[in-house]
Amino acid sequence: MPQPIDRDEVRRLVDGGAQLVEVLPANEYEEDRLPGAINMSLRRLEEEARTALDRSRPIVVYCWDSA
Amino acid sequence: MDGKLDWLAAGLPSEGTNAERPRAGNVARKDVPTCRLDERLGDVRDRVREARWDACVVVNEERVVFGLLRSPELETNLDLGIEGAMRPGPSTFRPFVSIEEMAAFMIEHDLDSSPITTSDGRLVGLLRRQDAAKAALELHEKEHGSHGGRT
Repeated sequence: MPQPIDRDEVRRLVDGGAQLVEVLPANEYEEDRLPGAINMSLRRLEEEARTALDRSRPIVVYCWDSA
Repeated sequence: MDGKLDWLAAGLPSEGTNAERPRAGNVARKDVPTCRLDERLGDVRDRVREARWDACVVVNEERVVFGLLRSPELETNLDLGIEGAMRPGPSTFRPFVSIEEMAAFMIEHDLDSSPITTSDGRLVGLLRRQDAAKAALELHEKEHGSHGGRT
């Protein structure tokens, strides 16, 4: 079940093995991303997530801001 | 989460092509003197001079920035409390802002120094115009080559 979290919680989850997914355009991902994040197109998120992500570990999805 | 903007604004590590380029947070001086609102200007000025600085950032116990004391403020009535002497609410900038952008802004607006803070308002350091301009120039020369040809 998706739930909003803050950056401290992100750090805690990542330290515990969570996967980070940035859904911004590839050029923005190439410029700046959270350490270890992978890039997925928002349009193809569901399709790509099935093969690229480990469902047994938490997944943190982020974009530019919370708006 | 609050997004990449919030992460970068907090000065947390990042990866990518921009990660190796100098930014406001990298170039800002972390050793800038700080003081509290309830101190006396004379005491703060002495401390700032001993540290060979000409500026001091006014913060609270959580390092949230309240104001700035530059040379003119440090030379006013030394019996004043800091609250009465400081420039309150200075413009602050986030650590991820590119050093070229910072240098251009500081030159255009004639800012000698600018506090760099996290999105929570906590002090990262004080960015001096000369440091920003030097870092921006070095970056430009590194990426585009120096404009030689002079004899």
